[in-house]
Amino acid sequence: MNRRKQKNIFITLCLLPAILLVSIFIFYPTLTVFFMSLFKWGGYSPEKEFVGLDNFKILIKDMMFMRSFQNTILLIVLVTIITLALALIFASILTREKFKGVNFFRVIFYIPNILSIVVIAAIFSAIYDPTSGLLNNLLGMLKLDGLQRMWLGDQKIVIYSIAFALIWQAIGYYMVMYMASMASIPESLYEASSLEGAGAVRQFFDITLPLTWNTIRTTLTFFVISTINLSFLLVKAMTGGGPDGSTEVFLSYMYKQAYTNSSFGYGMAIGVIVFTFSFILSAILNKITEREVYEF
Amino acid sequence: MKNKRKNRLYKVFVYVALITLAVSIIVPIAWVFLASIKQNNEFYGDPWTLPQGFYFQNFIEAFEKANMGTYMLNSLIVTLLALLILVSVALPAAYVLARFKFKVRKPINTLIMMGLFINSNYIVVPIFLMLLDGDKFLQQHLGSGFLIDNLFILALVYAATSLPFTVYLMSNYFRTLSTSYEEAAYIDGAGYFKTLITVMAPLAKPSIITVILFNFLSFWNEYIIALTLLPGQNKTLPVGLINLMAGQKAAANYGQLYAGLVIVMLPTLILYILVQKQLTQGMTVGGTKE
Repeated sequence: MNRRKQKNIFITLCLLPAILLVSIFIFYPTLTVFFMSLFKWGGYSPEKEFVGLDNFKILIKDMMFMRSFQNTILLIVLVTIITLALALIFASILTREKFKGVNFFRVIFYIPNILSIVVIAAIFSAIYDPTSGLLNNLLGMLKLDGLQRMWLGDQKIVIYSIAFALIWQAIGYYMVMYMASMASIPESLYEASSLEGAGAVRQFFDITLPLTWNTIRTTLTFFVISTINLSFLLVKAMTGGGPDGSTEVFLSYMYKQAYTNSSFGYGMAIGVIVFTFSFILSAILNKITEREVYEF
Repeated sequence: MKNKRKNRLYKVFVYVALITLAVSIIVPIAWVFLASIKQNNEFYGDPWTLPQGFYFQNFIEAFEKANMGTYMLNSLIVTLLALLILVSVALPAAYVLARFKFKVRKPINTLIMMGLFINSNYIVVPIFLMLLDGDKFLQQHLGSGFLIDNLFILALVYAATSLPFTVYLMSNYFRTLSTSYEEAAYIDGAGYFKTLITVMAPLAKPSIITVILFNFLSFWNEYIIALTLLPGQNKTLPVGLINLMAGQKAAANYGQLYAGLVIVMLPTLILYILVQKQLTQGMTVGGTKE
């Protein structure tokens, strides 16, 4: 057997398992999503009826879907803006300010990220419980009874309760990421601007922010994708989309239609919208945040 | 003088903000640990009271009545199996894509990159229906199907959905290694397979460790795929926990629920304490989140 043939066999054998697994468990199901969105199909029965774009026409008039759309957008906006701001501020404080306990805070802030979303859902259920919950009882102790709420029962509030849990979960992850990026900024830049009399806030906007811009841009895509995802996981474990659909998000509604409600074709049409939406939003964010890259 | 005061005010503000967030993380988690040793009647009334005693019975009940023992074993099997499949499939693929030049390299690379953008939660239901169809086919031809409710299949799905990112990460790592290692091995007369296993795999150890750490956490914590693909009695820990959460509303078994929470949380916390440095540094090598 010559060397060349040996090499080809080696390459094939190394790649084949990976290509097979990825094709069967990622690409085939993804194609199914797009293809099946054109059918009326329960999922379990053999009858499939081609309906073209009918599923999408129903979707536009589906109030529940519109609600999940609104909730998803609200969560993406809230979670991204608040998490981004807090993570950036904390990261710059922990890398810039020399004080004790930097490592302690970094280690603690990252903990929510290693917990299962189910665990987080259970913890926040215990916090938000109306009668025996930690939050309402704390407010009672502080004589702030007026602020007590049905955190998961009030339709107007519940989406913000979900947003808070998502932010709590995400801050540490993004902070660690920004810290790594900020640590590579040379100290001399700060020294020079400090000599010119720039304060910490000024330094943040003039040095830290522009030099971590690329990392921030990358994380914007993460924010979109992970909020769509994690909001589904959290809602499914915590509220089941309720009360009365007020926490329904994209993927929880899709899962409900496709799996629980056996409207597989309809569920897949939602899937197509989610795919397209997250892709377009990421592309737009990527485009509008384009800046000249500063070198140092 | 004014500047100094402003500076001090700023420092106080910074500390307050940092401590608030730290407390908001530590307190609920510590509370869960304390709640797991409370008796059921202690859950009515003020949740901020400390446990009256050490009620270990909760854990025994969680293991026996709520099956958390079995679920834990299932989780362990699935996680380890998935890690094993993932590393042994991703490593050779990553190596070949990083080091060899061949005709279809570009399309395969594109395929892997496309896979990075597809999240497993988007495609759980199609995967489930595909396996269901497979089971029907097997039933007709072999008499019985085994694709649903199968821990091995679940592990396979976990490994497959993590493959694109793992291959991407590992092949980036291979690209940083010098080619002189392989050249030396070839001169010594080692074949391609021998070189991969005895020379390159050990060199890739840092990237393998990063991959194992991150994926251990994500496999151990995952629940949507496990919930969908294991509809029967066989469950993993997080799915068992969801059942406990649902049951708690009806039967008010708070003690069991919080003991279950500790059982799910503890392994990840221990792992985190042991390797927190690698974890928070490994992420910067190029970590994304599921």
